Amino acid sequence: MPAIGKQSIEFQNDVFILGGGSIVGKKEGDGPLGNCFDQIEEDPMIGMNSWEEAESALQQKAAELAIQKASVLKDQIRMIFAGDLLAQSIASSFGIVSFERPVYGLFGACSTMGEALSLGSMAVAGGYGDIVMALTSSHFASAEKEFRNPLEYGSQRPLSASWTVTGSGACVLGNRSSKVKITGVTAGKITDYGLKDAQNMGACMAPAACDTIAANLKDFMREPSWYDKIITGDLGYVGQRILFDLLKDRGQDITKQHLDCGMMIFDQETQDTHAGGSGCGCAASVFASYILPQVESGTWKKVLFVPTGALMSKTSFYEGQSVPGIAQAVVIEYVE
Amino acid sequence: MANLNSEEQKKQYEEYVKQVTPVHSLPVNMAKAFLVGGLICVFGQWILNTAKSYGMNQEMAGAWCSLTLVFLSALLTGLNIYPKITKFGGAGALVPITGFANSVAAPAVEYKKEGQVFGIGAKIFTIAGPVILYGIFSSWVLGLIYLMFQWWGGGF
Repeated sequence: MPAIGKQSIEFQNDVFILGGGSIVGKKEGDGPLGNCFDQIEEDPMIGMNSWEEAESALQQKAAELAIQKASVLKDQIRMIFAGDLLAQSIASSFGIVSFERPVYGLFGACSTMGEALSLGSMAVAGGYGDIVMALTSSHFASAEKEFRNPLEYGSQRPLSASWTVTGSGACVLGNRSSKVKITGVTAGKITDYGLKDAQNMGACMAPAACDTIAANLKDFMREPSWYDKIITGDLGYVGQRILFDLLKDRGQDITKQHLDCGMMIFDQETQDTHAGGSGCGCAASVFASYILPQVESGTWKKVLFVPTGALMSKTSFYEGQSVPGIAQAVVIEYVE
Repeated sequence: MANLNSEEQKKQYEEYVKQVTPVHSLPVNMAKAFLVGGLICVFGQWILNTAKSYGMNQEMAGAWCSLTLVFLSALLTGLNIYPKITKFGGAGALVPITGFANSVAAPAVEYKKEGQVFGIGAKIFTIAGPVILYGIFSSWVLGLIYLMFQWWGGGF
């Protein structure tokens, strides 16, 4: 049976990651992972007319890079799983319209890359698509406009706030052999601890990350040490601390294995990003540019990739609703 | 356990999060606000004095003062400098008239892409709107109270 435990799948058929593409903005390019990204865009508008169009352009470029690096043809892609943070996912819609390939549009807030990889690998493992793509993006300016204030409006960000990554990451999955395999996934539950502070998303998402990681370990009957790395999406400094504490309460310790894409992409000391990076593009671009190559080279042999998302909208926030979290886990393994 | 259902547990988690979340230092922020807010006011006073030295009366000089501050704030907003001043000065840059101008100019810049009517027209007051509405409303309330005092005062 491929379905194991309460919320995980162990794939019986092979799912390989054939290639990943990443593109980021200048600030991300100046960060610690600067020389890992495939492409760095100096112009925040990417030559377009609006922030939203710029984000779409990022997606298009990331997708093209991934297709190129996976050595496949655009027409071979059976389906694209794509999403972003903007209302009605317009960055994805306009980003991939020119591809003329079948698309499933997703929303999982900043966890969308985990969702796209999960669904994509299910499609491949199920034999419904031999080559599929997972793709997400975010843009600092379009996210500020969507969720917070106009960019030129002056305000002070709290230390718990994160900085939305301008970037996009894409992965081509398929059933032909490569060095990296997706061997399982753990689907995340919507987890609500009642927190209402949208400026502290790490604390809102940490319970979801804890829940999904604990479920993964339980369903697969593994210890944290089975993994070389357990990498969350964008919990940031505050969220990481909380994740450690929550898992400790459940008797699990992942402090040795844990990394967070949001903490890796920016230098907290010099880049004024407070709690770290966030956004759909954060986990996606770090995965395609840094995590994937580490597994491809065999430096890390087993990785649990857990993008995390805060599920709120401006409306739910103003209407006094809490900010629930979600986390999607994907098991990545090196193929000898 | 995916959710915390009892209010008590939610409170506990909120308390815990509060403990582990770093916050800006209040005294430092207050000092910065004092400095920036003070500088803006000193600059305003300088405009006022200069205007008066050209022979304007108080009312005319005051209008020139507001006008100049608002213009400079809008200009600095467009040049993306005002947000940096606010990031440093906090309320010191938000509370003076320059902060108000920033809150009107910023949406105008941001929503220009959505058109003159539904972009700038509909959204220019998204931030300043509440200040205008409740500013006018509270002056109406104050006016009403003032009127009542006058009635009572007349009765004596």
